[in-house]
Amino acid sequence: MPSTVTIEWYLALCVILFTLGAMGVLLRRNAIIIFMSVELMLNSANLLFVAFSRYLSDLNGQVLVFFVITVAAAEVAVGLALIVVIFRTKRSINIDEINLLKG
Amino acid sequence: MGNPFVFIILAIIAIAAALGLLLSRNAVHSALYLVLNFVTIAIFYLILNAPFLAMVQVTVYAGAIVVLFLFVIMLLGAEQLRGIGDDVPTGEQFHRILSIVLAVALIGIFVYLIFSEGGAAAGDIPMIDTSPNQLGLTLFEDYALPFEVTGVLLLAAIIGVVVLGRRKGKEEGNNA
Repeated sequence: MPSTVTIEWYLALCVILFTLGAMGVLLRRNAIIIFMSVELMLNSANLLFVAFSRYLSDLNGQVLVFFVITVAAAEVAVGLALIVVIFRTKRSINIDEINLLKG
Repeated sequence: MGNPFVFIILAIIAIAAALGLLLSRNAVHSALYLVLNFVTIAIFYLILNAPFLAMVQVTVYAGAIVVLFLFVIMLLGAEQLRGIGDDVPTGEQFHRILSIVLAVALIGIFVYLIFSEGGAAAGDIPMIDTSPNQLGLTLFEDYALPFEVTGVLLLAAIIGVVVLGRRKGKEEGNNA
């Protein structure tokens, strides 16, 4: 086993986590689970920001993570409010049944 | 940076939590797996010399966002939903298989590309000052404008959520 962890390890981990999040978005039909998967993808990007910040000795990567966290929080708040409104009218959050915009 | 042994254990926990989120049939369990994943990533932040971000990760993500998720799940009573296996119409089963094949191919290509480039120099990388003090200085000196724009974004989100959450008419408000 190598004696230290290099940036490639973090790249591989983040790719795996990101792909799992994308799979969640593609495979699940529950809108709330889809939102959680999006959070997973955002988090893998954040982890990569911090890893590169460490390996390049640059603080800017960590500042960017703050902005990503803020945007993610706003996105979750608005998204969950949308889900609640959709549930009030459709009585379901299965995305296959949300097809009112379909021609 | 960091001990390979610790990295591998944490990576296995993070990936297992992500898989649990994907495969769990109960939405509450999915949210709890998400907490586990967030906490693991917070520990990675600690290893990567970002202690303040680790604390922000735990308070904002594992605290606020997951509580919001759990609140909505329980408000809607949407805990029990069909899992991956039986919610796809039989005619579309191949979509599922196709997406799994694509995901495996994506991971394979990325991991191959990452490790075929030859290792980066694994020498000692200097630790920089990542105290909240230094982060705040960077945030308010170099990123003052994005910071203000973020404030506007949060205001827009607040207004949007209030508008969405409001009851539409009086007749609907009576039977609520």
